[in-house]
Amino acid sequence: MRSKSHVVLASVNKANSELSSHQKKIFKVDDHIGVAIAGLTADGRVLSRYMRNECINYSYTYESPLPVGRLVVQLADKAQVCTQRSWKRPYGIGLLVGGLDESGAHLYYNCPSGNYFEYQAFAIGSRSQAAKTYLERKFETFMDSSRENLIKDALFALRETLQGEKLTSSICTIAVMGIGEAFHVLDQETVKTLISEFEIVGEEPPADAPDQGSVAEPAPADQGTPADQSASPMDI
Amino acid sequence: MNNLIGSEGDSQRTLYPYVTGTSVVGIKYKDGILLAADMGGSYGSTLRYKTVERLKSVGKHSIIGASGEISDFQEIMRYLDELILHDNMWDDGNSLGPKEVHNYLRSVMYNRRNKFNPLWNSLVLGGVKNGQKYLGTVSMIGVHYEDNHVATGFGNHLARPLLRDEWHENLTYEEGVKLLEKCMRVLLYRDRSAVNKLQIAKITEEGFTISQPYALKTFWDFTAFKNPTVGAEGSW
Repeated sequence: MRSKSHVVLASVNKANSELSSHQKKIFKVDDHIGVAIAGLTADGRVLSRYMRNECINYSYTYESPLPVGRLVVQLADKAQVCTQRSWKRPYGIGLLVGGLDESGAHLYYNCPSGNYFEYQAFAIGSRSQAAKTYLERKFETFMDSSRENLIKDALFALRETLQGEKLTSSICTIAVMGIGEAFHVLDQETVKTLISEFEIVGEEPPADAPDQGSVAEPAPADQGTPADQSASPMDI
Repeated sequence: MNNLIGSEGDSQRTLYPYVTGTSVVGIKYKDGILLAADMGGSYGSTLRYKTVERLKSVGKHSIIGASGEISDFQEIMRYLDELILHDNMWDDGNSLGPKEVHNYLRSVMYNRRNKFNPLWNSLVLGGVKNGQKYLGTVSMIGVHYEDNHVATGFGNHLARPLLRDEWHENLTYEEGVKLLEKCMRVLLYRDRSAVNKLQIAKITEEGFTISQPYALKTFWDFTAFKNPTVGAEGSW
């Protein structure tokens, strides 16, 4: 989901067995763009590599970050080609692309069909319907949400997909990016602290109230002040 | 070894410039950027063309001034027009600012230099975007930098010392123009390819304006001009 100034991507990572590691589903594409994938993860790797390449080439030529809206269109055009050539097959993944550009934070969903849509919040993958239901209820608060509440909402949405299973920091991955904050995946400790914070409360977080208690956040820049700044241009 | 430089038969590279423009001087001032250049196009030592516009606007946010081969400048303008056109065609609220255009030109100039086929120009690129002022220069070999005041050619030797002494933040428009005129006057006295017909271009957040061509008042009765070798016998 996204607010005016931040995008949060969250995924559930279930390993095949106790012995194996889990699939990586969230990729950093550039400091200001991250992507979460659902589907054939091998295709996901290929497209992530393409996106990273495009970002780097743009950065090299223009010394400026590639606006996420343009990357998404290039990605969609690439996917479309595979739907029109008989000897190709469509990419087997849906991508949630979160990123920043001049007009603020954006979240896009790219389909194998070559379509792309911008979203306030979205969920993809198996059991995503449960998350979608939660998001449909809460999405109106996201635009003006603070960074912390946005992350909390992501964790709540994840919990919905687990159908009663306990939400622990070992099975989920949370990534955050925002104005003044580069894309990064939150480490397990931080996630654990966040999870325990809202499980103690035991109910959904208030829509827009400031945080109770200080939480050790990894990103130094944007603090708990509600992001009600008017959509400020990105500090490029 | 010859193959590295290209065989004589299919050689299509710039060997020497034909019609050239002389210095361009640029400064940052309170509201934006000011560029000054005369309207001369020299054909070797002949001051052949006297209405060459060496200052042009690029998109909504930038201006460019060129010295060196005029035909190569025209080619650069074609590249830039195409760049801006494609940028506008995205129609997505993002636009290329002066930093991006400067770095694009840097890539082009350096690439051409590596192929031993340079665009024989020294360019000044300035602009304002989102309140940020930007002023930079790129040479024909790809050397590039930004500063509060830049110049090409003779301007580096004659104008920049004046600017180093007299430039300060928050110059008003009138002060900026006066300072540029002082530089251009010195160049007119001392640079043999200068002509007394100049334009001053301005870019601010609001937009681009360029003055009508005008001439500077000159004074040729300095004693130093009349008796140049007084105090230094043998000099000129």
